[in-house]
Amino acid sequence: MKPAPALADGFPDLSGMQIAREPHWFRWLSAALIVIVLAAIARAFAGGQIEWSYVGRFLTAKVILEGIVNTMVMAVLAMALGIVLGIVVAIMRLSPNPVLKSVAAGYTWLFRGTPLILQLLLWFNLALVFPTIGIPGLWSARAVDVMTPFLAALLGLGINQGAYTSEVMRAGMLSVDIGQYEAAQAIGMGRLRALRRIVLPQAMRVVIPPLGNEFIGMVKATSLASVIQYPELLHNAENIYYANSRVIELLIVAGLWYLLVVSILTPLQMLLERRFARGILRLAR
Amino acid sequence: MTKPLVAIRSVSKNFGEFQALKSVSLDVWPGEVMCLIGASGSGKTTLLRCINQLATIDAGGIWLDGELLGVREQGGKLRRLSEGEIARQRLKTGMVFQRFNLFPHKTALENITEGPTQVQGRKADEVRAEAIELLRRVGLAAKADWYPAQLSGGQQQRVAIARALAMKPMLMLFDEPTSALDPELVGEVLAVMKQLAKSGMTMMVVTHELGFAREVADRVVYMDQGAIVEQGRASDVLGAPREARTRAFLSAVI
Repeated sequence: MKPAPALADGFPDLSGMQIAREPHWFRWLSAALIVIVLAAIARAFAGGQIEWSYVGRFLTAKVILEGIVNTMVMAVLAMALGIVLGIVVAIMRLSPNPVLKSVAAGYTWLFRGTPLILQLLLWFNLALVFPTIGIPGLWSARAVDVMTPFLAALLGLGINQGAYTSEVMRAGMLSVDIGQYEAAQAIGMGRLRALRRIVLPQAMRVVIPPLGNEFIGMVKATSLASVIQYPELLHNAENIYYANSRVIELLIVAGLWYLLVVSILTPLQMLLERRFARGILRLAR
Repeated sequence: MTKPLVAIRSVSKNFGEFQALKSVSLDVWPGEVMCLIGASGSGKTTLLRCINQLATIDAGGIWLDGELLGVREQGGKLRRLSEGEIARQRLKTGMVFQRFNLFPHKTALENITEGPTQVQGRKADEVRAEAIELLRRVGLAAKADWYPAQLSGGQQQRVAIARALAMKPMLMLFDEPTSALDPELVGEVLAVMKQLAKSGMTMMVVTHELGFAREVADRVVYMDQGAIVEQGRASDVLGAPREARTRAFLSAVI
């Protein structure tokens, strides 16, 4: 056999040739269709029986602004309670102690298994079960005075959230390599310290996207507290339209505010994700 | 007369049906460098993990520095120690893992200072100075503020060695410290270990690096199927093995 030539013939040099642009007819066509449909919807609403001037006027009404503040206060506090409960319950669930494990599983089962609105109503009507509450000999009060709409909403939303958050946290902790627990133990850390210093910070990276999702859900779930008279956004919008009968206009006002808040939260979540990706994203120097 | 730093007596360990250790007895003397060799599944890694109690033994006893590990004799019975007491006993050993297991969210320096500050409660600036000195010893002073993901495997393992040394252990345990490394990075880790051996540290090294064992080990222990088959000076065990199983293993490896 002859020695092979350095490069075989019949394979021309393609360097310097450009790749032609594709026309993408279908993309243009579908985009045009969508624009037409959107325009039709916009036209229908513009001509429908909506007084847009009311929307503009009530968008910044004092009661509505108070409502959005109350909504955010409740969402933040209930989420904080939910995260604290979620971490504690997730740690209990992963503990070797069967008592702690069962309590955690029971909690998740109970509060995930019943509707949130039912839990809110139960907390708010606790006075029907226990007319007075307190610590025997130390302090007692009438339940109707203690269980305000604020407290009932906080307990209902926060405890319910804890059941969901615990599963998110558990998944996050399970995602951390077992070698990390072992390395922490090898430098003399106990279980809880290893969780706090080594495992949870790494789990945060995994749990922040689902937690951001949960928080956006929480902002909207606060609207359920309108049924127990907590003066959040939807409740206040309802109160206005009970008086002036501009139902759709005020619902649109509330809807716009919810959209605005959620739009602001999304980039905030990305900032948090970056913070907890320390050591993972900063590969290049 | 000196006493062994580690005394292992009739230790057994099962994983379900599988007997990982079958009544193993062994002494490790202060200042000794011991290499444990053998096929995977022979029990050498399990033995190391039992010494720092990442695995609990099913029978027998291990004494470290004269102290019984993991259990206490009380009224003719053995009682398990609490988690806190076990954590305290672990401080006498430093462990280096096959896969490094550095904390990825902490810099090289923070990985080293974590134990001394958080567990031993020592002063931050004093620990920091020691950590920088340790990084210098493993040749990584310039990488103090780098995250593990920015370091090569060999560099990560050297940081891991520094992290274990920061706890000032009496005994260093190495679990196949170079097995996860690219071939060209093995040398830098072995060099750090040789230097550590020279400084008088007591070391138990599970390894496949027979060259390292020949050069550095005071004693080589060959294990097979959960038992010690042969042990002795490196030149004897590796150069003129008495047991047929040792000879078979060595000829398969080299």
